[in-house]
Amino acid sequence: MTHSLVEFFKPHILPLLYALVIVLVLPLIAGYVVLLERKVMADMQVRLGPMRVGPHGLLQPIADALKLLLKEDIIPENADLWIFWLAPVLSVTAAMLAMAALPFGPAFQIADLNIGLLFILGISSMGIFGIVLGGWASNSHYSLLGALRSSAQLVSYETAAGMALVSALLLAGTLSMHGIVELQAQQGMWFVFEAPIAFFIYLVASIAETNRAPFDLPEAESELVAGYMTEYSGFRWALYFLAEYANMIVVGSIATTLFLGGWLRPFPNVPALDFLDYVPILLMLLTAGYCFWRAPRQPVKVQKMFLAAVGGLCILLAAILAAPVFGVPYFSKAALHGAFWFLLKVFLYIYVFMWLRFTFPRYRFDQLMKLGWHFMIPVAIVNVMGIGLALVLNRQFHWGLAPALLVMNVGVLLVAAWLAWVGERYETPVVGGA
Amino acid sequence: MLDKVVFYFFAGLAVISAILVVTRRNAVHSAIFLITALLATAGIFLQLRAEFLFIVQIILYVGGIMVLFIFVIMLVNLDVALHQVQFNRQWFVASVLALVLAAQVFFIFYAAQRSEPGRDTLGLPPAVAGRLTPNTELVGQTLFRNYMVPFEIASILLLVAMIGAVVMAKRRV
Repeated sequence: MTHSLVEFFKPHILPLLYALVIVLVLPLIAGYVVLLERKVMADMQVRLGPMRVGPHGLLQPIADALKLLLKEDIIPENADLWIFWLAPVLSVTAAMLAMAALPFGPAFQIADLNIGLLFILGISSMGIFGIVLGGWASNSHYSLLGALRSSAQLVSYETAAGMALVSALLLAGTLSMHGIVELQAQQGMWFVFEAPIAFFIYLVASIAETNRAPFDLPEAESELVAGYMTEYSGFRWALYFLAEYANMIVVGSIATTLFLGGWLRPFPNVPALDFLDYVPILLMLLTAGYCFWRAPRQPVKVQKMFLAAVGGLCILLAAILAAPVFGVPYFSKAALHGAFWFLLKVFLYIYVFMWLRFTFPRYRFDQLMKLGWHFMIPVAIVNVMGIGLALVLNRQFHWGLAPALLVMNVGVLLVAAWLAWVGERYETPVVGGA
Repeated sequence: MLDKVVFYFFAGLAVISAILVVTRRNAVHSAIFLITALLATAGIFLQLRAEFLFIVQIILYVGGIMVLFIFVIMLVNLDVALHQVQFNRQWFVASVLALVLAAQVFFIFYAAQRSEPGRDTLGLPPAVAGRLTPNTELVGQTLFRNYMVPFEIASILLLVAMIGAVVMAKRRV
């Protein structure tokens, strides 16, 4: 009786638990990604960044969240109340719903859908309504202009991103996120190496889609105050912020799954490199050691205790990650290490976002549109044709997959170079701004 | 049982939001209810296990067409539009046409029910379980194998329409 009950509830309860974990942990992760961003920014500008709240500013996100919760909630007088309330909620809902199909590990996935990737794309593209409606409902010119820019930008770059994903899908032959990673495991090759141009296009397009520098025109401070969220304050503003960082995680997860081998360890099929399994454990132990080394050097007693606690947490994580390697039952190596590698790759992707943000100056709006429509979309379409041709050469004419892909990628690169050259030659004069 | 609950939930949502689309005076509110109606329709597709149709409905109508709708509506000055005389004054003709349509639909249901009592509402045989399972693959095979020529003709038609729109819009610049 009890056994059959367990069998009945397992497919229903487990996804619910996963969903609960994601909904609870996501705001925390988003907060710490913000802290990471500030620290990376500080590092690149030779500063220290937030240092006051907690050791090395480790409690800054919590303080920020509390501040935002307690702030006065201001609603403009002529705002459309109902939509003003709905817009940020829509943004967050879309971003969180998209996470339902992300495979964080071979077992840690809420739903492995037949239409997985399409689901993520479709649902996350609904987040644009939050931006557009929020900008309109605020009844402010800055907000409206920001919203218009944002939607124009999203629509333009979604095409390029979609085409880049199609190239990877051609290689995978399935839309299921689980299946895509399994195929990369079988081939022993991540799709970045098979379709590098598609990965590059997706990287650029996903930066534009998440409204980040150098494509952060919708929130350009010097022109539009804060774009579509100018009139938002307090917790509603925090919701927009959460949606933005959740979208970054979604975009990073899509790139990780399609191009970077998802939850797979580097070289999963090479037994000689099995020592890579110890990397996560060592990494955790090193972090713990650093925390314990720095703890006595903190100025305040609370900070000492907190840093020591962080070190303890790292030891615990190391123990959890070590358990499957040393054969402790009930600890699945695939699940635990899978989640580790997946998150590591996602965070590396997000780190590249930050790196680019602090390296490049902001584009002008006409430059942004020109880059999207005159360069990214044509190259993406040609790339789809190139990958398709390579697969035909492989399957119908019995070429090896590697030489066929090499020839086609070089061909697409030549086309891209030609497009860039033509774009330089026929530079249209700028007529006004956007 | 659960299927029925899900169906009536989405169907009710679709009908209510469709009514709200035509009764709201504010165009943005109408657009939002149109989005809700389209999403509810997508939900019905999902309840029918047509996953691919569900997501295509969302990507195309909600994520694509409605974004452009709202984009255009936002650029119109709504305060002026609110006070303008509405030009939808042909409610008599409209209601007669609606009645005729309703009569037709009811007649089809009635005739189908009477001709073959054991069958589904429209006289179709009940769906085989698991018939639609690798949904995307099945849709792809149908479009690109069985109906290749009509599909290509439709694609070329859309391409022509797109180029035509670009050419017509370009002339004024």
